[in-house]
Amino acid sequence: MKPRGYAHLSSGQLDATFTALADPTRRAILARLASGEASVNELAAPFDMSQPAISKHLRVLERAGLISRGRDAQRRPRRLEPRPLAGASQWLEGYRQFWESRFLHLDALLDEMKPTGTKRGFRKRQH
Amino acid sequence: MTTAKLKVAAHGDREIVMSRVFNAPRHLVWDAFTRPELVKRWLLGPDGWSMPVCEIDLRVGGSYRYVWRHTDGTEMGMGGVYREIEIPERVVATEKFDEAWYPGEAVGTLLLVEQAGRTTVTQTMVYDSPQTRDAVLKSPMETGVAASYDRLEALVRSPAA
Repeated sequence: MKPRGYAHLSSGQLDATFTALADPTRRAILARLASGEASVNELAAPFDMSQPAISKHLRVLERAGLISRGRDAQRRPRRLEPRPLAGASQWLEGYRQFWESRFLHLDALLDEMKPTGTKRGFRKRQH
Repeated sequence: MTTAKLKVAAHGDREIVMSRVFNAPRHLVWDAFTRPELVKRWLLGPDGWSMPVCEIDLRVGGSYRYVWRHTDGTEMGMGGVYREIEIPERVVATEKFDEAWYPGEAVGTLLLVEQAGRTTVTQTMVYDSPQTRDAVLKSPMETGVAASYDRLEALVRSPAA
């Protein structure tokens, strides 16, 4: 865990991040931008959607801070901003660790519930 | 461990999905999730917490109630009502904490799938709103981090460290 990594993230920021990620088109746009910046036309190309529809998705992503616009005034290429995504995944990691600590108890309990012979066999199988 | 690690994902904007493989047949996992005397043994949470109340009325329309108590006297309770039960593989139940910091009830689905003597447990929680889901994601994280820090502290204090 790196608590400092998400300490600065507000709940509003996470709402915006998760809401932006809830849509498959927006996730596809982010996946495309992960391999490098792209113009609105380039981003619209793989989708059967009008450019205004794509622009709407881009605005949601931009408001969530997940993408930004490049300097080139002509193309206005969009690029990925990795920080909010990292924040969202760190929160999930915290949730995961909370449950994993409980499930380790459950592992031990299940092992105990098995017939004695099986329990020994299980230990031996661990390499 | 030979078991796979826990996977957690936020699906859509209102769901959290967790899945993990346990190295045990499904009927044992089912018992561990539905028999109060067994649930109390593992659903404890971080160090310092006990689970003095664990009541399960496992039938459709029946309710369950869990209460955790910390050594400092803090108590936390939650409960809900069973909506669907398919022994030994699926349970759908509502979930609400006593001091709910979020509005409405969540609905949880527990699914157990056995393959070659191992059981994959998938828990899906659906919340009322994206805000609720994110609030839930936030709260156990803080508890979880605090607990890991406590354990870390104990470790660095021990002579072996």
